[in-house]
This record gives sequence, C-alpha cells and structure tokens, in this order.
Amino acid sequence: MAEPAALELAGVTKRYGPVVAVDAIDLKIPAGTYCCLLGPSGCGKTTTLRMIAGHETASDGDVVLGTHNITTLEPSRRGTAMMFQSYALFPHLDVVDNVAFALHMRGVEKAARRKRAMELLELVAMTPYAERLPSQLSGGQQQRVALARALVTEPQILLLDEPLSALDPFLRVKMRAELKRLQRELGISFIHVTHGQEEAMALADLVVLMNGGRIEQQGSPRSVFNEPASEFVARFMGGHNIVTTVAGKVAVRCDRTRLARGDGPRPAFVGSIEYQGTHVHIGLRSADGTEYLALVPERDFDRDPFTAGSVVSLEWDETEAHPVA
Amino acid sequence: MTPSTLTRHMTAWAQATPMAAVFFFFFLVPLALVVMVSFWDYNDYEMIPTFSGRGYTETFEGCLTRLPEMCTMFKTYAKTLKLAALVWALTLLIGFTVAWFLAFHVRSKTWQIALSLVCTIPFWTSNVIRMIAWIPLLGRNGLINQGLLGLGLVDRPVEWLLFSEFSVVLALVHLFTFFMVIPIFNSMIRIDRSLIEAARDAGASGWQTLWHVVVPLSKPGIVIGSIFVLTIVMGDFVTVGVMGGQQIASAGKVVQTHLDALQFPVAAANAVILLGVTLIIIATLSKLVDVRKEL
Repeated sequence: MAEPAALELAGVTKRYGPVVAVDAIDLKIPAGTYCCLLGPSGCGKTTTLRMIAGHETASDGDVVLGTHNITTLEPSRRGTAMMFQSYALFPHLDVVDNVAFALHMRGVEKAARRKRAMELLELVAMTPYAERLPSQLSGGQQQRVALARALVTEPQILLLDEPLSALDPFLRVKMRAELKRLQRELGISFIHVTHGQEEAMALADLVVLMNGGRIEQQGSPRSVFNEPASEFVARFMGGHNIVTTVAGKVAVRCDRTRLARGDGPRPAFVGSIEYQGTHVHIGLRSADGTEYLALVPERDFDRDPFTAGSVVSLEWDETEAHPVA
Repeated sequence: MTPSTLTRHMTAWAQATPMAAVFFFFFLVPLALVVMVSFWDYNDYEMIPTFSGRGYTETFEGCLTRLPEMCTMFKTYAKTLKLAALVWALTLLIGFTVAWFLAFHVRSKTWQIALSLVCTIPFWTSNVIRMIAWIPLLGRNGLINQGLLGLGLVDRPVEWLLFSEFSVVLALVHLFTFFMVIPIFNSMIRIDRSLIEAARDAGASGWQTLWHVVVPLSKPGIVIGSIFVLTIVMGDFVTVGVMGGQQIASAGKVVQTHLDALQFPVAAANAVILLGVTLIIIATLSKLVDVRKEL
C-alpha cells in the first residue's frame, strides 16, 4: 500500500461566476486521519472534496498532498481516489472488471489485474460475487465493490462522497463500522463528506464543520460537540440548548441542563415528555416562546417525575455554559 | 378467474385491438399476398394463379451452374450489401460523433433540444428534393467541378461525382445519418455522468473512456440505429435510381424493374428474398443486444 501522506488546503476557493461555493478555506489533515467534512447541503463540502479529487479545479489556492502541489493535476495522478455517492459502478462490467478497471487503463495484463482485483475483493469480503454485474448486487454490496475499486490504485487518500446516504439505517451503521476498520487497517487518510453529525461523530478523528463555503469549526468530535464555537455549530451538532443570558448567548448541552421545580430565574413550562429508554426527553417552552430540551436520566426522572404543564426553572453548572457568538 | 380479472383481461384485449387490426390488415395481409403471388406462374403479359416456383428459379437462373462466376442476382446482392455496409459505417461514424457532441459537450438541456431540432430541419422537405439538390453541386458543370476547374486542380470535369456509387452513398448518408443520431443520443443521455468521472478518476484517457465506457453503454442505440439504416438502405431504390443515374443495380431496384415490366410474381419473389436477407441481418444485430430491454 502507498505511503500515507498529509493533505493541506491553503486558501482554496471555488467560484462559479459570481457565486463563491468555497471561500478561501485552510485545512490540514495529518496522514492517516479519518476526516469528516460535515455541513448542511450547499455548504461547499462536496465541492471541496471534488477539488481535492481533481474533478473540480480550484479557482484559487493550493492543494498539497505530502510534498506535492496537486492543485492542477489530473485526478488519477494525484494519489487520491474517489468513491462516488451513487457508487458509479460500470453497469456493463462484472465486479472483477469494475475493480480492475484502473489497472486495465494502465495496461496491466489481464491475469495480473484480475488477481489484484480478487485480493481487493477479499479485503471487502466480496469474493463470492466476483462474476456478478452491479445490477445484481444490493446497495451495501455495491458499496463494497466501489470501495475495492477506489482502493485498487493504492491511493494515499480515499475520498468518499456521502458514501452511506444510499443505504438503509441498519446497513448504514454496519458499513460505518467497516469503513472505520478499513481506514485503520490501511493507515491512509479517509476524507468523508456527510451531512449527518451522528455519522461524523462516530467515525471522525477530525470533524470539519462547514457552512456557507467556510469552515465553521474543526477539531475532534468531542471538542466540536462540547465546545461549539458558534450558535450554528451548536445547533447543527444538536444536543444543545441555546440560552440568552446577560453575558450573551451560551450553549448548554441538553443532558447537562437541569430542571428545578417551581419558579426560578429561568422559568419554562413542561411541554412534552418522551420516554427514550436511558433518558427522558422533556420539551420545554419559556414565556417568550423559545423551546428547550432537557435530557433527564431515567432513574432521576422516576425518582421525582415531572408532569406536562408544570413550571420549572432551567439550571446548569457555570462550567457547562459555552459562549457562542 | 374472478369477474374483475376477467374484465381486466377483456379491457387489455380491447385496448390492443386497434393496433393489432392495423398491423393485421396493413402488414400481415399484404405480406401474405406478396408471398402467395411469388409462387404464382406467369407469362409475358399476365400472372397465372397456379402454384409455381418460376419466380424464384428464374431469379436465380444460372447462379449454381456458372459458379464460381457470379450470376446477376449474386452481383446485385453483393453490390447492395456493399452499399449498405458503406452507408452503415459512415452513418455510424458521423451519427455517433454528432450524438456524442450533443450528449456530452452541449451542457444545457435547452441547447440539446434546440440542436436536436436543428438536425430535423432537412426532414422539412421530401427525400427526392433533398437528393435532387445534390445535382447542381456534383454535376458535370456543377459547383464543385467549376470550382476545381477554376482553381486549376483538374483539367477536365470529375466524372465520378454524380451518377456513381459515390453519389449514391453520399445521398444515402445525408438522408439517413439522423436515424443513427437519435437512438445513439438517447442511449448516451442515459449514461450517468459520474461514470465518466469514475473512469477519469481511474486514469482512463478520453479515448479509453470512449471505448471502454461510452461505446459499450451506447450499444443499444447503435444497434437500433443500425437496424434503421440497414433496413432502409437494403430496400432503397429511389436514391439508388436518382443518384446512380438509373445505372446501378440494387436489390430494391430489381423489384422495381420487374414491377415496371408488370412481372408481379418475379417482383414478389425478389421482395421475399430481400425480406429474408434483411431479416437475417436484423436477427444477427439483435443477438448483440437485447433491444426490448432497452426500450
């Protein structure tokens, strides 16, 4: 397998006429990192990935992989490989020929390229399906083949464009674990575009949260979740209440938001009570109409249950409040 | 069978009836009549409704005895197949290129539709007028010859430009390339664009992408277009007549000549043979791809 290499984006910009899709982003991804580009649709995450892959040319800025500036190189000469959102398997080729396609294009002779393709199919546990056509495979199987096909060129970085979005929820969780395992085994960087914060937190070493063509916040999943830098981050990552205090807006995790009985400094009505197993989700509404959510552990709730319509007051430890601009 | 499924069956049959009737009366019945007449006897001025294989035996007269020399019938078919092959190759090359341009290089849907419509403009006039339009261009004193003479490139008018195989092929290609463009274009626009990117990502050059991805996925369109062009060219007699100066024989032309001489049984026999040859070509092409699956 190829040497893992670090990727650096420096002031990378993509303009479509007057529209700026990606606005001068700087990003360093150390070698062997599982990085998730996260954000709502239209935030520029896919465009960023496509610029790294070479399927879009950056309007400005540099993409550097290892010691090479790859900004304007052909996709196949960059040391990257891309796995497409809909997998883009060639419908007229069987699984082995799909995986061997890149080797075929390089003029590797048939027996050698098929042997190599079979090795990769073994890596993704698809050996029994080698002779099938893509249309005869399930979504999860197609994804494995797409993965094997992308890895056949021994890329230094694998780029995945919403790889799990076409799968059903059960398979998504299963494939997610498999992607992570594969990344660990191969030791190369994976850059994975997703709009699901849960997916990003489960997988990433480095979460890059984008919005409006800019990087809103980057860091480990824990730091992004626990120390949201802005209201957008807190809302997008979820699990936070945004509360306006005298010192400005702060984000407080829902599970660290406590409810005190009776009137207090921050009163709210209990709206909904939903049992969710480990926690009880209590929906709250303040007098000015702002909605909050408190996650109360089942045991605490059972000890002293709340009832809909009762008045409570929101409380939290000062250390739990993170000012968001 | 419950009453509701019975009704549904009746409805389905009722819906299929008009098309089936048209097909029966305007295709199957005339075809059966042609086959029947092809086995009738005849003399110089009338056909005689008794069974006879003369229509066929006289068509193939001397074909076996004079081997290896080719009889008229075999020569005619060889010529027809050669014309068909030339026209097929050229319409395929041009049609594929035009379809490729429309499908992959014209980005906006509006322009794709506009340019496809531009391709149909020649169809606003009749085939015959479009053929005749070539004459002032290609003739002995036509524009091209005048130009060549004026430039001093030739000292006598070039004769093979008109009333030759060249002009026949030129006119046929001109008339029928569009029948290649549309089915191939239709196959091409269904190709997922990410497949082209995936090929590029795997290091395929433009030609490699064309050959290993676009051509295989355009195969249904290529086959359908080929069936259109080959069947039309195999049966053509008007273009061969007009552009060949009535000097070139083709399978269709033979049928026409016998019809003009009121030799209906021989004409019918020739028509049946032509139909058979064309069906063999189509059957071979259909083996290459399951056309029904692609419609």
